[in-house]
Amino acid sequence: MSGNQAPVGGAVSHDLLGAIGGVPVPSTDVVVDAQDVDKWFGKLHVLKGVSLQVRRQEVVVVIGASGSGKTTFIRCVNHLEKIQKGRIFVNGHLIGYREVEGRLVEDREKNIARQRQEIGMVFQRFNLFPHKTALENIIEAPIEVRGTPRDEAIEMGRALLLRVGLAAKETAYPAQLSGGQQQRVAIARALAMKPALMLFDEPTSALDPEMIGEVLEVMKELAREGMTMIVVTHEMGFAREVADRVVMMDDGQIIEDGTPEHFFTNPTHDRTKSFLSKIL
Amino acid sequence: MNFNFDDFLPFTFQPSTALIGGLAITIYAAIIAQLLGVALGILAALGGRSRNPIINTISGFYVWIFRGTPVLVQILLLYTGLPVLLGIDLFPRLYELGPIDFRGAVVAGILALGVNEGAYMSEIVRAGILSVDPGQAEAAKSLGMTPRKTMRRIVLPQALRVIVPPLGNEFNNMLKTTSLMSVIGVGELLRVATDRSSSTFRPFEPLLGVCVYYLALTTIWGFIQGRIEKRLGVGQATGEPVLGFWARMLSIRTGRHAEGPMR
Repeated sequence: MSGNQAPVGGAVSHDLLGAIGGVPVPSTDVVVDAQDVDKWFGKLHVLKGVSLQVRRQEVVVVIGASGSGKTTFIRCVNHLEKIQKGRIFVNGHLIGYREVEGRLVEDREKNIARQRQEIGMVFQRFNLFPHKTALENIIEAPIEVRGTPRDEAIEMGRALLLRVGLAAKETAYPAQLSGGQQQRVAIARALAMKPALMLFDEPTSALDPEMIGEVLEVMKELAREGMTMIVVTHEMGFAREVADRVVMMDDGQIIEDGTPEHFFTNPTHDRTKSFLSKIL
Repeated sequence: MNFNFDDFLPFTFQPSTALIGGLAITIYAAIIAQLLGVALGILAALGGRSRNPIINTISGFYVWIFRGTPVLVQILLLYTGLPVLLGIDLFPRLYELGPIDFRGAVVAGILALGVNEGAYMSEIVRAGILSVDPGQAEAAKSLGMTPRKTMRRIVLPQALRVIVPPLGNEFNNMLKTTSLMSVIGVGELLRVATDRSSSTFRPFEPLLGVCVYYLALTTIWGFIQGRIEKRLGVGQATGEPVLGFWARMLSIRTGRHAEGPMR
């Protein structure tokens, strides 16, 4: 289905963020500051005191086995999941909660929605809106949430589609696109809100092998241009090549946090060694 | 047997002004009551999902009461019961709205049918909302949409595909349920037939005559519904074939499935 696209690698133009007017600048140097986060699903303790800082323009790759809490953790960062203990700050704002006398009280929906505008999210299953075309998917939130004039939003949407290599698919509905194409539209959709931070939740796990490359290529380009990113993935090649830091989660905790070199050549934790030996 | 064609044929095919009027009332009462039902159904369905316990309880109570009691009793309670209870002439003989006069009984009938319908529609809307992948709402929220905007722009439009087929069924029902308004003296189709038979003492012919009209209405509606469903299927992979008018009417399964993703 992607036969009419330029070959992988050439499909992505070299200023993805140019399409949204340059690299969005976070207002703080530490974009994400998660402090001692605990979460339970009923009796199941899924996050056990997770702390993580992500600096401006940093790419952090989170790895770990299924059930280690990595997806749950990044879903907490934009408050798609509630937390029971700890604090998560993005761009200096406490996410999802207000502090009342030292206790966390869930914030009003309006405030949570405003905070999420700064945080782009890309899902494993794309979650494109099936009743809207590729372009309509991208311009929906800028128009409805940011109040961007329609003409302006369309211009930006087209520029984004061009730069993820899908200019010809403007009027296609998601069902008419391949998985890789859908995920590239989903990335463009998230970028259209000019987020200071992008979260990727296993963005290539639902893709056929031949489509993984085209999505990773877009993500690599984003990283090169200076987007701040947290990426949950099993793509070790991506981690090695693009990550500034790799974080290993196991049983709801971060057990290792270091550069890719450290990670792939000299991991300290036995659990990391055995995980890498299985996956590499 | 003495079926009187000389009674049946002119009554049915050379309709009196009373019959034409009855047809008009049947059609517009059904449309307005159904619209009211859809509006109330959406409100009740959203109320049922609300985090506010008071709104939640009111929605649940509404559905429970109006689905649990006969609509004919509700019509009588509203039109004949309530004015006596309150001592207020709630439904005067005529409402004057500019150039249009509404008979009070018609207003009461439409109101009762609509409120009753809302209780059924709320279940249909609820099922429609539940049919939408939760990932859709998550994607909308992650783009900064408020829950209200998420519902209106993303979830409800997708729920529509699931809501419309049973909604069409409800309207088919509504076209016929308007006949209950005859008991409070509304001159809709059935009332015209019974009025006629009380002067000719031949109930069978006019009753059969209005059946022709009801059947025509529901048949035309079936055709329109098929068109609407086809339109809603555009651009979306449902994995389910969209059945045409005759296929649905005759319950024919084609066995050929439209292309769509495997679930």
